[in-house]
Amino acid sequence: MAAFKWPITAISSILHRVTGVLLFLAVPFCLWTLERSLNSEAGFLQVKSMLSGDCAKFITWFILSSLTYHIIAGCKHLLMDVGIGESLESGVLASKLVIILGILAAVGLGVWIW
Amino acid sequence: MVKSVTSVGRSGLHDWMIQRVSAVILAAYSIYIGVFVLSTPDLHFSVWQGLFAQTEIKIFSFLAILSLCFHAWIGLWIISTDYLNILALRLVFQVVVIILCLAFLLWGAQILWGF
Ligand code: HEM
Repeated sequence: MAAFKWPITAISSILHRVTGVLLFLAVPFCLWTLERSLNSEAGFLQVKSMLSGDCAKFITWFILSSLTYHIIAGCKHLLMDVGIGESLESGVLASKLVIILGILAAVGLGVWIW
Repeated sequence: MVKSVTSVGRSGLHDWMIQRVSAVILAAYSIYIGVFVLSTPDLHFSVWQGLFAQTEIKIFSFLAILSLCFHAWIGLWIISTDYLNILALRLVFQVVVIILCLAFLLWGAQILWGF
């Protein structure tokens, strides 16, 4: 396994898969938060104060970063479906771009949340 | 052509289409909510509740949850066929996913029309 080198395209695609599963697992958390925040002013404030804790901030950051990565990689997928960037070189380039954009988005989200 | 494998769409190609259409709806919804939150620095309860009180947003939100169910069901189905090689295990996984999707859908509807 150690001898098998992970090409960049495989990394970007497995990350898309992992973030997809993570997002599915995050749905109950999001629905619960939405329910609380809409039901009453007290619930809204409760959610707000809950989301200002360090642990909750980290979870929020993690979910949102997964979402932005999944969307960016998803867009690459959709572009390739319509025939843009299908060659090997452009595929490698696009994968690099997706990972770089994903990291930038995660950093930006971190700055916004903290 | 592959016959209805996931039993969501009528064929593999149909599943593929559903996966793309739901992806676009989910992306549009995520971006819409993201832009709303970012462009409202002082997010109060009344503003937040007012957003979701609009019929269009209720429908948009519900469509997003519906898309999520189809999208995740097809996506997780593909994943289960890749990693879960024992038939019984795979079937249990798929049933759990369907039940969760239905639960999310009903829960979402109750949140959107219940407050
Ligand atoms: C918000 C909740 C979302 C969840 C729970 C989710 C989940 C998943 C899962 C589990 C997969 C299967 C991954 C695989 O087969 O490797 C997948 C695939 C995909 N997702 Fe999402 N996704 C979400 C949102 C989005 C959004 C907003 C987009 C928009 C661009 C998107 C685009 C895609 C595409 C294009 C695929 C197909 C990949 C393929 O055919 O291999 N997804 N998603």
